[in-house]
Amino acid sequence: MSQVKETKKIPPRVEMPVIRPDIRIHTFDEVALGFSEEQALVEASRCLQCKKPKCVESCPVNVDIPGFISLIKQQEYQKALDKIRERNCLPGICGRVCPQEDLCEGACIQGKKNQPVAIGALQRFVADWELSNGKGCQNNPEIKPTGKKVAIIGSGPAGLAAANDLALMGHQVTIMEALHIAGGVMVYGIPEYRLPNTIIQQEIDYIKKLGVELKTNMVVGKTDSVNELLHDYDAVFVGAGAGLPWFMEIPGETLNGVYSSNEFLMRVNLMNGYRPDNDVAPIHIGERVAIIGGGNVAMDCARTALRLGGKETNIIYRRSEVEMPACKEELTQALEEGVKFTWLTSPIEVRGDENGWVKSIICRRYELGEPDASGRRRPIAIPGSEHEIEIDTVVMAIGQGANMLFANDLPDLETSKNGNIAVDETTGKTSKPGIFAGGDIVTGAATVVQAIKGGQKAARAINDYLVGFEKGN
Amino acid sequence: MFPILKKVVWAPDIKQFTINAPDIARKAQPGEFVMLRIDDNGERIPLTIVDFDPNGGTITLVFKESGRSTLELGKLEQGDCILDLVGPLGKASKITKLGRVICIGGGVHAASIYPIARALKNIGNEVISIIGADNKKRLIFSNEMKEISDAIYIATEDGSEGQKGLASDLLKQLLEKETEVDMVTVIGSLAMMREVSEITRPYKIPTRVSLHTTMVDGIGLCGSCRVSIGNEIKFACVDGPEFDGHLVDWNTAQQRAKAYMAEEQLAIGKFHSGGGCHCHK
Repeated sequence: MSQVKETKKIPPRVEMPVIRPDIRIHTFDEVALGFSEEQALVEASRCLQCKKPKCVESCPVNVDIPGFISLIKQQEYQKALDKIRERNCLPGICGRVCPQEDLCEGACIQGKKNQPVAIGALQRFVADWELSNGKGCQNNPEIKPTGKKVAIIGSGPAGLAAANDLALMGHQVTIMEALHIAGGVMVYGIPEYRLPNTIIQQEIDYIKKLGVELKTNMVVGKTDSVNELLHDYDAVFVGAGAGLPWFMEIPGETLNGVYSSNEFLMRVNLMNGYRPDNDVAPIHIGERVAIIGGGNVAMDCARTALRLGGKETNIIYRRSEVEMPACKEELTQALEEGVKFTWLTSPIEVRGDENGWVKSIICRRYELGEPDASGRRRPIAIPGSEHEIEIDTVVMAIGQGANMLFANDLPDLETSKNGNIAVDETTGKTSKPGIFAGGDIVTGAATVVQAIKGGQKAARAINDYLVGFEKGN
Repeated sequence: MFPILKKVVWAPDIKQFTINAPDIARKAQPGEFVMLRIDDNGERIPLTIVDFDPNGGTITLVFKESGRSTLELGKLEQGDCILDLVGPLGKASKITKLGRVICIGGGVHAASIYPIARALKNIGNEVISIIGADNKKRLIFSNEMKEISDAIYIATEDGSEGQKGLASDLLKQLLEKETEVDMVTVIGSLAMMREVSEITRPYKIPTRVSLHTTMVDGIGLCGSCRVSIGNEIKFACVDGPEFDGHLVDWNTAQQRAKAYMAEEQLAIGKFHSGGGCHCHK
């Protein structure tokens, strides 16, 4: 009965406060400012506490969303966060970068007639609350050591999730990270204004406090071989990510001023190019920047280019707006910031000046035909539509493939034709006993939360493997 | 942290470090490199592994101070530590018995060619070495190279040691007399390696060059190091650094090497005006 009353009086969705577009394009400060306690309480009151919550079903890691929102309503913020952590060890990160509109919020019953509950913002609120309320990352769960050792390759979301769960199961976990800092694509790829590095490092610290050891500067396949790891550890999880940048294989891609999205973002994020005083990894930003691609990475590159001083930043995508894989929030914020879009267009050549610097791209226009294997309408080139666009900087954001360093070291490991590691879908087991894999190295580039799910699945299977078998059997 | 156990100053701008890095020393092979970062504000820079001692757990790096980071590196002394060191990276040189091989090192890269020449010698090749430098004072690794070579030729640009001229001149003269050469391997400036490749091309002598390109991560993530080899894009960090000198698109490689020259000059200026070094306050 009371529920009927509540639905009638439902307040409008509390929108996350953000920095104004004209201000934020001059800074790498986080765009979204987070909820105040008051805002969080109003937003939490909008949750109907469904008996069969669709949001939980739609969350790849099945966070008990009504459960944690109910705790927010009771102002039990630490308990709310603990509730999230039962299913997701990176709450502050996922609260920020999950594509909630396609997942939990997309399924929220409130969204049918009104606006869905701002689940992501609420999750972020409790994660931030913990950070700013003194207790910091405290966790002293009682863990019974099993005496088993697991090596995790890669410290991105898949590896961190696997490490978290395996440590809680009592295994001794060591993460091997090839770069000098942990976090994988969350650190080198996702820009500071969307996901601050301090948030990532704090959530990693939390996992380290479970007894997880982190070794940076360890390139498995080079510094250590996989076979050595199998000798020293009882099981290995591979979460090496999709780090190999793709190029279009068109003429002129080796010209100066052409970047892969990875290089572009890495110079700014990993090498601290976003800090005004840091100039160790410079980027040539001309006045006119073209970003090729239509996913979140393309949005990240375009918005980063604006912040680096690009006057005119143009996203060039071969399909139309509808087919763009970028999430709505990113697309909206990019538009607000003045990013321009040229749809149904794709370059066929990059041209340079006499010194080898980019000066223009030759593009072709497309129209949409029948749906292809991805279900999206296939772009068909329009004959005679070639035209030249003057440009100073080009960023290729057309996707990434599997980094082969690991696979090259283990030639008999089964891979799919695109170089991803082939696994059993429910367990993450690879063709080699004792080796499990998950995240982008299995699925190809996907979301943080999908990678977490891959890490969790493999952690369960590794636990079964370790508890079920003694080594050597 | 990776402590510097020993520092050798070859010339005011050419320095050598022996660094404690057991994990890398255990795995290193000739032709591989490391990426290092001096401190938390530093860039990641690639340097060739010149020597390695798996038992002692050390690696040796030799570098020329050519940019801000190497200038900062050169300021470090024995007992100082390097924050990040990762490797060994890249594909190791293929070391097989071929017969007679010529190993060429230019400038600071006389040190870079040393481990390759030594391994080629140890597996049973006849090793002829050619090393070059501006002058006698900047000639490095001549004794080390002498020890592992069947014959060694030296060129200095001012003639203060060996023959006056370039290492590539010596190669030209050698090939005019003796064409029974099974392989030439060279490390030096892009211009020098290009010249060597052009000299060996008509003789059809297999020629290996080592492309030291701009890199950000050094493990295949960024593609900054991409080079065109036989019209195919390759990453110097994971597919190289050694490539067939006759297949390299030298124009592109030389054009890409100039991409950050302006920024580097600015950074060097900052370094010399005192604002550059974060390591020694």
